[in-house]
Amino acid sequence: MVQLSLPKNSEIKKGKYFKDKTGSKNLRKVNIYRWDPSTDEGPRIDTYEVDMDNCPSKVLDILNKIKNEIDSTITYRRSCAHGVCGSCAMNMGGKNGLACTTPHAEIEGDIDIYPLPHLKVKKDLIGDLDGLYKQYQSIEPWLKNNSTKETTEIYQSKEDRAKLDGAYECIMCACCSTSCPSYWWNGDKYLGPAVLLQAYRWIIDSRDEERKARLKKVADELKLYRCHTILNCTNACPKGLNPAKAIAEIKKMLATANV
Amino acid sequence: MKAYNIIDHEYDVVVLGAGGSGLRAAVGLSEAGLKTACISKVFPTRSHTSAAQGGISAALGNMGEDDWRWHMYDTVKGADWLGDQDSIEYLCKEAPKAVLELEKYGVPFSRTDEGKIYQRPFGGMTKNYGNGIVQRTCAAADRTGHAILHTLYGQALKHNTEFFIEYFALDLLMKDGECKGLIAWNLNDGTIHRFRAHTVIIATGGYGKVYYSATSAHTCTGDGNAMVLRAGLPLQDMEFVQFHPTGIYGHGTLISEGVRGEGGYLVNSKGERFMERYAPNAKDLASRDVVSRSMSIEINEGRGVGKDQDHVHLHLSHLDKSVIENRLPGITEAARLFANVDVTKDPIPVVPTVHYNMGGIPTNYKAEVLTMNGSEKTVPGLMAIGEAACVSVHGANRLGSNSLIDLVVFGRAAAKRAAELVKPGTPHDEIPETETQKCLDRFDKLRNAQGDNSTAELRLSMQKTMQSKCAVFRTEKNLKKGVDEIGKTYDGMDSISVKDKSLVFNTDLVETLEFDNLIRQAVATVDSAYHRKESRGAHAREDYPKRDDEKFMQHTLAWCDGKNTKISYRPVHQSTLTNEVQYFPPQERVY
Repeated sequence: MVQLSLPKNSEIKKGKYFKDKTGSKNLRKVNIYRWDPSTDEGPRIDTYEVDMDNCPSKVLDILNKIKNEIDSTITYRRSCAHGVCGSCAMNMGGKNGLACTTPHAEIEGDIDIYPLPHLKVKKDLIGDLDGLYKQYQSIEPWLKNNSTKETTEIYQSKEDRAKLDGAYECIMCACCSTSCPSYWWNGDKYLGPAVLLQAYRWIIDSRDEERKARLKKVADELKLYRCHTILNCTNACPKGLNPAKAIAEIKKMLATANV
Repeated sequence: MKAYNIIDHEYDVVVLGAGGSGLRAAVGLSEAGLKTACISKVFPTRSHTSAAQGGISAALGNMGEDDWRWHMYDTVKGADWLGDQDSIEYLCKEAPKAVLELEKYGVPFSRTDEGKIYQRPFGGMTKNYGNGIVQRTCAAADRTGHAILHTLYGQALKHNTEFFIEYFALDLLMKDGECKGLIAWNLNDGTIHRFRAHTVIIATGGYGKVYYSATSAHTCTGDGNAMVLRAGLPLQDMEFVQFHPTGIYGHGTLISEGVRGEGGYLVNSKGERFMERYAPNAKDLASRDVVSRSMSIEINEGRGVGKDQDHVHLHLSHLDKSVIENRLPGITEAARLFANVDVTKDPIPVVPTVHYNMGGIPTNYKAEVLTMNGSEKTVPGLMAIGEAACVSVHGANRLGSNSLIDLVVFGRAAAKRAAELVKPGTPHDEIPETETQKCLDRFDKLRNAQGDNSTAELRLSMQKTMQSKCAVFRTEKNLKKGVDEIGKTYDGMDSISVKDKSLVFNTDLVETLEFDNLIRQAVATVDSAYHRKESRGAHAREDYPKRDDEKFMQHTLAWCDGKNTKISYRPVHQSTLTNEVQYFPPQERVY
């Protein structure tokens, strides 16, 4: 019988332990996934004791505190720090979310911080989103309208504009797509919830003249129908959006429209 | 020094930065058939344009009569007459076109009953030259920046713009006073890239992170500004730092001026709507410097709210529920997440928070970078746009919603000007190796730094100094202290330490390079503030409470060689671009 085992470099080892030096009585243990491509070593989990008396409320605050005060080598993306840029998406306490909007008080026990699941890791908590960005490009995320008049706008009723609510707010953090088992297994072909939500955003924009072509483009066994309504995506969205519903709407349009 | 492998590229134009202005420029350049590279240290939609909330100003007149000349007057007055009126004319006249263009790109603007772009009132925006409030600020709910940024990224994809993403720019390559390209470090694989270009357009945004409490993103470190300083060129009007009246107390998250535009108001511990005393006409919609100063006075005189009486309250619970839901959903979420406040029931605790840099790289209205050499001269091969630039349309104080319009109008102007100046495919000059060497020496020195001072400690010390010595109100004594303390922090870099020595996604080194950029701008800012002995716009000197047009209707220019600065001045442009509008002579500024 064939013996299956993980390749050596995917075994996660116990890493360094950073003991508290502040003497604080209010400590929490923070376990962080570490991997540096510049070394030959495999991934490890480093543990940090963090003084919670002097730490603001979000997981990003913990990471910044560790980077500033304990270990400047930990690596993660961050920018706006208030949930609009989408940089600091990661897996915290087993859930995907934005580190800057996730309160650490909501995580019980030790705080485990990993990169977004099922992405190639570039370093530590930085996942490789290049594939997702290419898929985003493939849905042609720009308005297709032949109106060329420079001096007037394209009118849109309040009702038609309201259809974009829940879709245009997406910050492309990838929390949804990387929480989706279908995307895990078929991420190279299935567009996944983040990109399909954006496809939907352009399909239902009343100003767009290529609706049919857009629908046709996503009407594909792999690109669209790998969604099996697991709904992890909607659960994961840190902006409270509902990609699963958008996907269902696309399917409904395809079932009823003559495309 | 270990030799670095260098990968060479040749482009007609290189755009550095992929926020609103950088993307708009890249789109225009691609349309013009120029071979264009757009380099950014973050993925384009992560840029800080995404955080702009309230809107983008343009005299479209969708909500009643409006005129770009009124917009121009408001901007001139908002700028406290430090803006160049030729540039301001260009901005306000081109604004409607630029917004309609964005709409055609697909920006999901909120709509009026007729289906037109919705416009809301904003601070300092008036009709008929200061007579009543006008609705001029075009909005996509309170997520206008996000909507514009994502749409512009889509347009760039449509035009097949070549992106270099997660590349950190190190230095400009100069030859005989001309810019010939730049060097950047690819974080993804650690390689060094040299870009030759006939024109480099700097669109790297502001440097809010020199302060401790700012609405700015962690990435707002003004990298382009610092590259310009290292290239021996000056920065302009750096003392003018905008404090936004409503950052969430304790966290700094921005709460849009749109809240006050929609009818929200500020209240002190006595329950007074204190802005009525400071700005009887515009009240809560006076311009930002005025509101921030009024709040600071209320707090200083003991009428602040909270345990430490160090902030005030922003009320919006009286607003119609549908207004909050439809037009202010983003700040509702922010108030819940960062102040633990339900805005339909309770006020938001707010405090003036560093928000915007009026100063930056001096340019003319075509986005060409300027320097002084006897008289005003352009720097061949170099342009700047967006918050990094100082055109100067915002002068001493920017009006809310004038920054998003600045991004697209001058992004567009830069692309146009580059298309006039650069013939596609022109062969490139040789650049002396010494430029590359100088850049890599600095990089290598910081990478291998093994001193005792951590980057985070030095950064914190800089931020605290700026916050206490160069804030809303300033004095000679404090500024002098600020100059000295910033100088000391600068010296601390001699023994800085970088623990991560790798080249792939070494964010320890990135933060150190960013600090090196920030501290130079802190030097320029505090020294420029020290030398401006008057009060104008955002620069309020307690020891010189009056505006002094005689001496200081001039732009400050600061050259920095390390911590040593040279300060000089350049006259404000006191004429308009065309005869379609008359020059607005200085007046007393009341709201």
